Amino acid sequence: MSRAKAPYIAPAERAAPDLDSGKYLVMWQGPNHPGITGNMSLRLVIEGDSVVDCETHVGYLHRGFEKLMERRLWMQNFPLVCRIAVPEPDFNEYCYAAALEELAGIEVPDKAVWLRTLSLEMIRLASFLMWIGGQAGAFGHGTIAQWSVTMRDYVLDLFEELTGGRIYHMYIIPGGVRGDVPAGFLRRVLETMDTVRKNLDDIELVMFHNVVYKMRAQGLGYIPPDWVDQYGITGPNARAAGLPRDLRKDLGYLAYPRLSFEPIVGTVSDAFERSRLRLLEMYQSIDLIRQIVDMLPARGAFRAKLPNPLHWKIPAGETYVAAECTRGEYGFYVVSDGGDKPRRVAVRGPSYTHGVALMERLARGVNIADVAGLMVSLHTYPPEIER
Amino acid sequence: MNIKDFIAPFAVWKRAFEKPFTVRKPIDERPGAPRYRGFHINDAKACVGCGSCEAICMNQAIDLVPVAGLPAKEGDSGLRPRVDYGRCCWCALCVDICPSGSLGMSNEYVWVDADPEVFRYTPGVEAKPWDKSELGYRRAEGYRLLDGQRVAMPELDHQAAVQSFLELVRGYSRQQAEREADRCVACGLCVASCPAHMDIPGYIKAVRDGQLDEGLNLLYETNPFPEACGRICTHRCEAACSIGAGTGADGEPADPVAIRWLKRYIADQVELADYGRALPRAEPDSGRRVAVVGAGPGGLAAAYYLRLQGHAVTVLEKDEAGGGMLRYGIPEYRLPYPALDKDIAWIQSLGVDIRYGTAVGVDLSLADLAASHDAVYLSTGLPAPYRLDVPGDDHPRVLDGVAVLAAATRGQSLGLGKTVAVVGGGNVAMDAARTALRAGCAVDILYRRREADMPADPDEIREAKAEGARLVEKAIPLEVKAIPLEVKAIPGDPAGALVAWNEARMVQKEDGQRPVPEPIPGAVHEDRYDSIIAAIGQGPDLAFVAESDGIEIRRFKPVVASDGRTSRATIFAGGDLTNERKDAISAIADGHRAALAMDRLLRAKGN
Repeated sequence: MSRAKAPYIAPAERAAPDLDSGKYLVMWQGPNHPGITGNMSLRLVIEGDSVVDCETHVGYLHRGFEKLMERRLWMQNFPLVCRIAVPEPDFNEYCYAAALEELAGIEVPDKAVWLRTLSLEMIRLASFLMWIGGQAGAFGHGTIAQWSVTMRDYVLDLFEELTGGRIYHMYIIPGGVRGDVPAGFLRRVLETMDTVRKNLDDIELVMFHNVVYKMRAQGLGYIPPDWVDQYGITGPNARAAGLPRDLRKDLGYLAYPRLSFEPIVGTVSDAFERSRLRLLEMYQSIDLIRQIVDMLPARGAFRAKLPNPLHWKIPAGETYVAAECTRGEYGFYVVSDGGDKPRRVAVRGPSYTHGVALMERLARGVNIADVAGLMVSLHTYPPEIER
Repeated sequence: MNIKDFIAPFAVWKRAFEKPFTVRKPIDERPGAPRYRGFHINDAKACVGCGSCEAICMNQAIDLVPVAGLPAKEGDSGLRPRVDYGRCCWCALCVDICPSGSLGMSNEYVWVDADPEVFRYTPGVEAKPWDKSELGYRRAEGYRLLDGQRVAMPELDHQAAVQSFLELVRGYSRQQAEREADRCVACGLCVASCPAHMDIPGYIKAVRDGQLDEGLNLLYETNPFPEACGRICTHRCEAACSIGAGTGADGEPADPVAIRWLKRYIADQVELADYGRALPRAEPDSGRRVAVVGAGPGGLAAAYYLRLQGHAVTVLEKDEAGGGMLRYGIPEYRLPYPALDKDIAWIQSLGVDIRYGTAVGVDLSLADLAASHDAVYLSTGLPAPYRLDVPGDDHPRVLDGVAVLAAATRGQSLGLGKTVAVVGGGNVAMDAARTALRAGCAVDILYRRREADMPADPDEIREAKAEGARLVEKAIPLEVKAIPLEVKAIPGDPAGALVAWNEARMVQKEDGQRPVPEPIPGAVHEDRYDSIIAAIGQGPDLAFVAESDGIEIRRFKPVVASDGRTSRATIFAGGDLTNERKDAISAIADGHRAALAMDRLLRAKGN
């Protein structure tokens, strides 16, 4: 089936509960709920403690970024894009900058390429650390969240040192990056990686060798491999289903072709497998960060000379730039009409596919207590669903 | 499931005795990282109020607001950025773009107040605890959003330049001009500093957009001498330019936008035949007649704007060609005559009648002129050179700088000999020195103060030196002496003169005043030169004004109102004759201002 087509769901499969029968209860989960990173609602129809039907409701976080960008200068959008996916802003910065560079024909210095790769891998780790806290928390294991969010904060400390900001880094600017690494920074990166790694070992022990977690997560939200192309599933959700798809390998952007790693692939794509795969990817990120620190050029320019940002006009054209974020394929489609502002920017976030259509499908028949855990196992960021 | 899955979760207990990760605020302080993007700081003295921060801010969190107590100076708007923390997103693009480098961010991030209004404040003006913060976000070394380096102007090599009167500055290509125009942030500080208040950001935008007709139109709105001013203007605008306010990526002082060269680029690119496409034509005849005395830049500017209003304008010029000092005082290698002729030709094409070789006061009197015209504009400039005012300054080898330059213009033999001393430090001195160099002379420039004190354009000083002129600083001329007969008797030796000069040292007499040169006792030198060119300034020649004309003259200048009106209602005056700046652009501004006032006067007279 073509990926462009919406998945076909046979009428017989669709539950059509008679809400007046007294047999069902309609229950809203969200828009504020610990199982959801951001504001979004699930309208659940439940029978007993099983979900019969699920409908996703978004709109609580719509800020109109794509439209706002059409009214701002090319450079003025640089501080804006990071806000599209709050816990993982750097992919927005990279995709936007890379799209502009491609359209304007700008060569980015090698040092900037490495620093961008470093920043993307660091935020991948930070984002997974936040996710794993949510995943464990959704099944009542709050302790894991205490540990992992602390580890995330240590990674954010590194970002603060490198970029001047903890959450919105605004570091990957069109043309390169905004600064070189501070003195002693790389040593502290390696130290933090050791700390995080030790904690991951603890998390692995406590979370993945845990009878409760196994009982609740195994078999939950199984994604058959043939759904991957039907729904447009990417990232760890697709890899857990056995497909070795990783844009870092497939597209070979930034410094990834110069790093040694293999996509991690799972077998049974249930919530447990997906979370285990993400844990392995965290170890992989740590390994990649170490490789980057090792290979980072000591000298060189970190930003190409660009025209005056107040009058910068980009030749007419369009491009789509994608990167592998923690949730899958993250992409910016940018159109220029030759003016000083974008004609159109469309953001492709994986949360849209995973969090809306797929969630509605997977939620059916799930125990109401597991809905939050299921949602988190798809790793969805509502701010990114609504641009 | 195995036994491990039941036991392993209890491993969490091992953390129970560890030190917590959390910070106990306010007991433990956690300062922001050295690069932290915290509250803004601004060096209000270094800030020029250009508003680039306001322009780049995507949240409109920055407003430029008037600030009391700032010293008024050119190149400073008197405004300072006020940040609204209800809007700021801490992206620091304002810091990245700041041309002066005054804006930064501290690493402070906690500020608690019950009053929401206080979170809108002017950094550097309203004192805050973090004002002195050394830490916080600053532009990284080698990183600047604006390009601090000017597009280099192609110039003739100095060795070749000194061989001829070919124009030294070759002019920008289209690509170079557009790249240079791209550096402008359109802050408009230049507009305020330009005597004619030209729409500089407007015409630079026209260059950037390739709209040269539009650019030419903007030039002519305030200045009908773009070819000339695009070459020789004193470009005070560039001193005010915010782009030149800070340091470039290399740490060197940044270059201001080459405003003058961009003006020249526009005028050079549009052919005279195409001027009509871009520029306005004269209004229908008003029936009023105006006389302008002097066809220099000021007089012709007045004539141009009066003619545009439909008045019949007659310009009376004592010399054989127009342009005044632009033609007779500025050598061809700086302002080629075809460029000047182009400016004048367009003014004439509107119907301005220029009568060359007609001197007021000789061929006809000012009273006659005033009687036969509805209004008169006097723009006679400063034709009378100052004398050296030392014993022997009437020696036949003591020449006048302006006269030497005029002779060069007319193609006459200069007869300077082989060695020349130029006395003075202004542009005329530099021009005279460089003209003498082109005549094959060895040139010494004697100046009574230091090089930094010279009133000449720094470019001119640099070029004069590069072309081989020797600059003798702190040299006070004492006397010009005839060469004793026995020395002079060498066969074939041209008659020269001896210049006696005293070495000086700079003495700071009063605070705030510029230091004055004081002769060092006994340090007197005597050098022999074939010619001595005095270029220490010129004065007006008001012999043509009779007492009966009713024009009040004070300290050798006609007394004029701000619009150029003299004490006689129908006679106006301007240019070097009345203003302090004594440059072409000020004369043009005077001419424009007076033309507007005269137009009002002529219309008020009714039909």
